[in-house]
Amino acid sequence: MKANAVNLIEQEWILPGNRTCPGCALSLAYRHTLKALEGQCIVTVPASCATVLHGMYPITAVNVPCVNTPFASTGASATGLVAGLKALGKKGITVLAFAGDGGTHDIGIQSLSGAAERQMDFIYICYDNEGYMNTGNQRSGSTPLGAVSGTTPILGKQQYQKDITAIMEAHGIPYVATCSASYPLDLYEKVKKARTIEGTRFLHVHTPCPPGWLFPFSDTIKFGEMAVETGLVVLYEIENGIFRLTSHSESMALRGGNLQPVREYFISQGRFKTITEEQIDELQDWVNARWKHCLHRATNL
Amino acid sequence: MGTRDCNHICDESSPGIGEAGRTGEWRTLMPVIDDKKCTASKLNKPTCFLCWLYCPEAVITKGIPPLINLEYCKGCGICLQVCPVQAIVMIHEEKIAD
Amino acid sequence: MAIQRKANVHILDGNQAAAIAAMMSRVQVIAAYPITPQTPLTEQLSRYVEQGELQAEYVAVESEHSAMAVCTSASLVGARTFTATSSHGLAYMHEMLHWAAGARLPIVLACVNRAIGAPWNVLNDQQDSISQRDTGWIQIYCRNNQEIMDTIIQAYRIAEQVFVPVMVCYDGYILSHTEMPVDVPIQEEVDRYLPSYQPHTVLDPANPKNYNLVTLANPRVGVDGKLCHGYMELRYLLQEALQNSKEVIVKSGKEFNQLFGRDYANVFWEDRNEDAEITIVAMGSLAMEAIVAADMLREQGIKVGVLGLRVFRPFPKSEVVQALRKSKLIVVFDKNISYGSEGATCSEIKSALYGTYINAAIRNFIVGLGGRDIKARELVEATKKAIASLKETVVNPDYPEWICEI
Repeated sequence: MKANAVNLIEQEWILPGNRTCPGCALSLAYRHTLKALEGQCIVTVPASCATVLHGMYPITAVNVPCVNTPFASTGASATGLVAGLKALGKKGITVLAFAGDGGTHDIGIQSLSGAAERQMDFIYICYDNEGYMNTGNQRSGSTPLGAVSGTTPILGKQQYQKDITAIMEAHGIPYVATCSASYPLDLYEKVKKARTIEGTRFLHVHTPCPPGWLFPFSDTIKFGEMAVETGLVVLYEIENGIFRLTSHSESMALRGGNLQPVREYFISQGRFKTITEEQIDELQDWVNARWKHCLHRATNL
Repeated sequence: MGTRDCNHICDESSPGIGEAGRTGEWRTLMPVIDDKKCTASKLNKPTCFLCWLYCPEAVITKGIPPLINLEYCKGCGICLQVCPVQAIVMIHEEKIAD
Repeated sequence: MAIQRKANVHILDGNQAAAIAAMMSRVQVIAAYPITPQTPLTEQLSRYVEQGELQAEYVAVESEHSAMAVCTSASLVGARTFTATSSHGLAYMHEMLHWAAGARLPIVLACVNRAIGAPWNVLNDQQDSISQRDTGWIQIYCRNNQEIMDTIIQAYRIAEQVFVPVMVCYDGYILSHTEMPVDVPIQEEVDRYLPSYQPHTVLDPANPKNYNLVTLANPRVGVDGKLCHGYMELRYLLQEALQNSKEVIVKSGKEFNQLFGRDYANVFWEDRNEDAEITIVAMGSLAMEAIVAADMLREQGIKVGVLGLRVFRPFPKSEVVQALRKSKLIVVFDKNISYGSEGATCSEIKSALYGTYINAAIRNFIVGLGGRDIKARELVEATKKAIASLKETVVNPDYPEWICEI
């Protein structure tokens, strides 16, 4: 039975009264990830907004066992958890690495790549708020073209985002998927599926960030949905090399494949205050080309 | 009395609600659900629950009617945005006293 | 009393001795990255695992930083872990060394001492491990391959009692690639000496705990109402654990003697120090060379003894003072340099002697960096030079002398 808001497990593993900002998409994504794992997991988290969510010693806001680990080491820490559990003969526990885009695209890519090449048996979730939000919004390898940040303060970022999911797919791992916190049931289903697969599983989750992207707290879901409707984020999964569009991306494709124009998404966020019309056009072309590629690749249309 | 009695030799934390305190105090706008409009309440059966599904804080119950834990609700207003029947409004905190 | 036991002598190089010791310690997770001169050790361990001789997970990681991250996380789920590295590898691990000690995880690391760049140099000195002095690890240095084998086994017994990781250091090539006779214990004996690892914490969904969270400067009350540590209290506990570990190191050495007939109830080695007027201080294999130098000086009628440092962290201050109480001149040879100051062991000796009645002159020589050969003859010459300098002044010089050709 497919998950819906009515039948979804009621138990929570994220506790109320934690330190995330109001309207935090990471919190929402983490909440449904832990639901999909039913708490039967050990989590490793590098320096990130998730560290903030975890809280301050001696109290934590999550009801699952966790280790917080240095920034560059997430993939290796997950490897250690897997190796330790295996050496001790402990079964039935999923190892989950939960890292931000800075910790995945940038400083953590070496240990993640090493672990994926070794086909270590864990789920790695990159929640992507497109910058170093925990330190006050500096540019990361995942900050989009045209976005102003603490380290692209005047001109905005001049480069495109790194396609981390494609990089992870190139490792030949059994499962990669893209998700959005605005589509929590799709995320839930993907984590649940990933739980049953052996080897390295990688999920990328788009998590809009109100204080970093400069939009009202209440609009987190709206911006996540706009990203999908414009094709800036495409929801898909690749299981053993088979590419499928999922959730809203799938229904958009089935309804004729039309995308909303990207312009509105950019001009309604404060971080794109300096974006130029040329950059928007450039991004529209980029989105169109990638969407075409996804439609071509999808096996479920 | 010192801190030795906690018996920790490293940073070992236990789960607890309200780790950051009563985060409801962060709120400037308070969500209020109109049970006459809320689908689950109106039909008196477990349905919809989108406010529960999308709440990043897990402070809304999946009940009839859905209840918001105002001690910890940070007042982001996502529930208002996702409610398909506009059953939720945000009101200014100071109006509660009135 | 040493027990009578049958010797089981094999000709082994230092890396082979370390690999056998790790295997006999029944390590459960090994994570390592190849670096000269540690490579044969990690190759040997992977062979043991592939052959099924050692029931362990061998993780061929992509960096030393990851090697230590694998060890810390595996240790947190309750596995006994081992890694080995040298030089740049140890430097690359630096951040994770702090996390291993900070989370109080009893990991054992074999450091095959090698020089650090720039420029590249694969040969021996002790700059690598000395540079990690302040990471909160116990550091023990070996003089020969028998000590490598015995110290690694002891290291687990020490680490798992005090919950502090242990770095077992031995000189690259001089020990790692040099064969010598080593008495190899039998597995049953090691099992009797080394009970299975009982972690102080285990990551487990049945009892969820969260480790290494952000910690405030001041203490904070936990969910059970108990006042828990601030950051500083946690740091104090690590310092206290190292302070107290000296006793455990000595006790573990004594217990080792009872089972294996080799005595390690010491924090350093002494040779003819009882009547010595001059003491040579050295650490690692250089301490063996110093004994030969003492022989030569004694033949010339100079009363020389040797202090071979074994435990560098915790530094055995009071024991060092006791051992040096009769010395009029202390000659310290360091295979490392704290740039702008002096050799690290010399600073420790000076610090230990401050405020005692001992008013010996101290001379420091920097030797053997990047594999520069240092023989007993040169130690003799340096010691004589130190003696001659006393006629000029008894004031300790600001900076060390270097034995090189500049």
